[in-house]
Formats: sequence, structure tokens, C-alpha cells
Amino acid sequence: METRRSILASFLPDLASLTKRGLAGWITLIGLGLVTSIVLMTFLAPWISPHDPSAINVGPQFCPPNGQFPLGTNHLGQDMLSRVLSGGSIMLQVAVLSVFICLMIGVPIGLLASYAGGKLDKLCSLMMDSIYAFPALVLAIAIAAMLGTGVVNMALAIAVVYVPSYFRIVRSQVLTIKELLYTEAARAAGARGRTILLRYILPNVVPSVVVVASVNFADAILTAAGLTFVGLGVAKDIPDWGWDLTDGRALLPSGAWWVITFPGIMIVLLALGFTLIGEGLSELLNPRLEQ
Amino acid sequence: MPLLEVDSLTIEYLARRGNIRAVDDVSLSLEKGETLGLVGESGSGKSTLGLSLLRLVPYPGVIVDGRIRIDGTDILNLSEEEMRFIRGRKVSFVFQDPMTSLNPVKKIGDHFVELIRTHEPTISEEEALKRAEKILNDLGILPERINDYPHQFSGGMRQRIMIALAIALNPDLVIADEPTTALDVIVQAKILDLLKSLRDEYGMALILITHDLSIVLERCDKIIVMYAGQMVEYTDSTILHRNPRHPYTRGLLRSIPNIELADQKLEAIPGSPPDLLNPSEGCRFWPRCSYAMKICQEKDPPLIDAEHGHLVRCFLYGGTQP
Repeated sequence: METRRSILASFLPDLASLTKRGLAGWITLIGLGLVTSIVLMTFLAPWISPHDPSAINVGPQFCPPNGQFPLGTNHLGQDMLSRVLSGGSIMLQVAVLSVFICLMIGVPIGLLASYAGGKLDKLCSLMMDSIYAFPALVLAIAIAAMLGTGVVNMALAIAVVYVPSYFRIVRSQVLTIKELLYTEAARAAGARGRTILLRYILPNVVPSVVVVASVNFADAILTAAGLTFVGLGVAKDIPDWGWDLTDGRALLPSGAWWVITFPGIMIVLLALGFTLIGEGLSELLNPRLEQ
Repeated sequence: MPLLEVDSLTIEYLARRGNIRAVDDVSLSLEKGETLGLVGESGSGKSTLGLSLLRLVPYPGVIVDGRIRIDGTDILNLSEEEMRFIRGRKVSFVFQDPMTSLNPVKKIGDHFVELIRTHEPTISEEEALKRAEKILNDLGILPERINDYPHQFSGGMRQRIMIALAIALNPDLVIADEPTTALDVIVQAKILDLLKSLRDEYGMALILITHDLSIVLERCDKIIVMYAGQMVEYTDSTILHRNPRHPYTRGLLRSIPNIELADQKLEAIPGSPPDLLNPSEGCRFWPRCSYAMKICQEKDPPLIDAEHGHLVRCFLYGGTQP
């Protein structure tokens, strides 16, 4: 238990000390700030939204941003501010779920295959590489089209696409660590294979997985937006930035720039937040850069 | 009954290019509390031999022939599970590089807890830590540092921690594979003397694997000199020092600087060891040997008892007549 707590503590250095770790610390902090505020905003949307985001004709149609509707209204007279506030909910759920599925599948397979080596390793690598060969969004669209709409189906489609990234990073790390002397020393001291895998190899793989996962959050957000944009996301009556992009694109020729702009900015900010966290953490957790 | 008995052990690495015989027909025996120095240059098979005593020859190495008995038990017939109880408890291993021998994410204390509880599951964590503190203290490491991580220690301290781990379960035999190669000379002497004093104190047998003949001469009871997978000389260290027989051993001794000989000329052994993939006929050493005779190129010399159990693999001491 003690070990696990200390590992966690080393991954989540207290926020104040981040500012003392140079650029990487600041990057992580900004990323954390962006993500936290968007998550909070989405979570609090039902209480802070001026209108029901799904209600039509709360105002005039195509109303540009003004005092009453700060982000304007769309072609149905829906309040864009309310839609921006709550439109991230599905995307966040999908991202969390898909990253979770990826972790649950990619990490154990990567650990076992590369530790066991031989045919199992070859087979798994081949499978993962063949998934990796597809363009991510195209594959996700194909799978989502097969599975149908809904949060779980979107998450599954995204998870399948990104599992190979986890598998690869875990595999490459295990291949290095399993040759290191301390796993050899553990074996020479009579440790079981299971113990070596779980106590010696896994904890040393976790930092890389954390980095991949946080970068992967950003990919999942963008892919989820893409899926909704092409109509493979959730039902039309649920407010979602992806849907607003679809609508906004159609309305753009008529000059209603505000319908597509604000949800688009939110998607970019959220993805940027996760990317910054990932980039920052990969610097912070890199032992070679530690003084 | 000797503690360790190795009988015509042969180990091969099944490489893609062919089989490489890393250990060739080695036999030795070790009594309780005895120290054995295993000397040879890189690739002479000394580390492979050491690891085989725990059945940990790295892939694709295979023990193709011979027998290893520890306390009379043939370990080559044990199951992997039975083998686990020999590793760490009866026989423990100290590796060459202390910088990478400890798990970077585990505290020093956790290494001990894990080791002790692997072999004695009934012992509580507190008790295991208490034991660890005592051993660390014996080896000159402050007990309160038990909560520190490996990167907070210097190389010499880490090697002392590795030794503490090796003796934590009071094994009968400790195998130290070049335990001081990664350390500077002063720390090196300290670690070696520590190993020797532990031998005296805990009564365990010690196998010291090294490429440096000078450090085992004064610290070991017996010495095996290995060359290209073969034992070329096997005798008491005092005899070896006074009367080295094999030309290779003589070469090694001549290459050790001696402070008392002001005009000593250090001599290197010319050439390099043979390719073990396709060893040529005859003695493995003859191309580098200044005493080489015609027969050396044609026949592999047998291990000859030159005098009272002083074994030498060289035609200079007989064996030329079939």
C-alpha cells in the first residue's frame, strides 16, 4: 500500500510546486486549469445556464451576440451560450470512458504479451499494428457506423482506434525494463513471475502510460467531436458541440458565424488543455531530465 | 557432503549462427564457508557459470550436460517453484551494477520486506523491516534510511544494500558477479573486505566472480581461472600465487602491477580470445601462448593433476601420451 501511495504522490506533485519546475510545470498547470474549468463549467451548466439549451425559440432566430444573448442564437432560436455551457458533457463522458477502456485493454495486453514474448507477443503486435495502420478517424467512423449511436458505442469505437498506442508504449517499456538488472535481481531472489510483472515492471511503466492517456484524452475529444459532426454521435436533441458544428457549418453562408465559432473554440480549448497536460507531464516524469 | 558440487557442467547458447559453448565441462566443489574466486576475461563463461548455479542462464542459454548439486539436491531436476526457494534463501546473487540492481520506485525497506516475505510469508512487515534495519546497520548504512529510494544512495552504498539483501535470509552461498567493477578502487576494496568479513561472521560460502586476479588472490581460498569456457587452472590461492602453472595464469599475474618491484615491466597477453562459435582444433589458448608446442595446435589438452590436486589444462604438465 505504502508503495502505491508513494508512486501516486510522485505522479501528482502538489500543484504549487509545479510552478517551480520551469516551463513544463507551467504548461501542465495551464492545461490542468483549462480542463478543470471546462469540466466544472459543463458540470454546473444546468444551474448557470440562462436558458434550457434544448428549448427552441427562446429568442429570435439568427440573433447575433448581444446583451441578452451573449453568444447569439441559432436557426431554431436556441440560446448559444446555454448550448456552449452544457455541450461538452457527452464529449467528456465519451473521452473518459474510452480512455478507461483503452487502459483496461491496452495495458494488460501490452504487459502480458511483451513479458511472455515469443508467439503471443508477435500475434498481439501484429494485431495492434494492423489497427494502427488505419487512419484514426476513418476507422472510428467505420466502427461507430457499425455499432450505432450512443455514448458507450462512441467510446468503444474510439477505444478500438487508440488501444494500439497504449499497447505500444507499454510493450516498449516492458522490453527495456525486463532486461534491467533489478528484475533479474528479483528473479535471483526467488520472486514469482507475477510479482516481477506487477511490482517491478508495472510501476515503472505507469509514468509513460499516464502521459499517453492524457494526450489520448485530447485525441478522444477530437474524434468524439468528429463522430457527432458526421451524425454518428448522440441523438440530435442532446446539446453537443459536435452538433453545433454541423449546424453552424450550414448556417455559415448566411453570415451566422457565431453558431460554429464558440463551440469550435470550446473543443479546441478542451483538446489543448489535455495536450498541454500530456506534454507537461512527459517532461516532468522523464527521469533523464531530473536533476 | 560439500555444499555445492558441479559435475562436468556444459552450457551452450543456442544462437542463430550456431551453438556457442560458453561453459565447457566444468567441475568444481565448494565446502560450507569456503570462498572461491572465479577469474576470467569477458566471454570466458564465468558469469554464465555463476548464473547457472541459480538456473538463471539467460535466453538462449541451455545447460546441455552435467549436474549441479546444492546440499546434495540436484537443482537441474527441481521444478520452477522449488527452485524459487533456493534462489535468495539458500543461494543469493549480487550483480555487477549496483546502479540498476534496485527497483527505482521502491523504497529500500520494501526490497527487504518483499524478499523476506517471499520466503517467510508468516513474518510481519514490521518484523521484516526490523530485520532489514539490523542488517543495514551491520553493513554501515543508517537504519533510518530504510525509507529512502535507491536514487538517494551512492553506488557504493547501493552495492552494500545489494549485499545486505543477499545475506538477509542467511544463505549458505553468496555468488557475487563482479560486485565492484562499477565502483572506484577505494570503495572496491571496502566492499570486498566487507564480503570477506561477512563470510567469517555468517559462515556462508562465497563465490567471487571477477576479471581481476589480484583482488581474489588474497581474499579467496580457492581460485578457478577460466579461459574460453574452460577451466584452465584450479587450485588453492596461495599455491596459485606462488606457483602458477598455466601460461594464461602466468600472463595474468605478470600483468598485475607490484608496488615493490620498481623496475617491473607489465606484460600484456597478446591477441584476443577465440571465437567460441567455431573453436579451432587444439588448445584454446595456443595462438596467444608463448610456450605453444606442435601438439597444442592439434589436440585439446586434458585437465591434468599437476601436483596434489592442482589442476591445469596444459600439455606442459603431461597428457601428451595417450
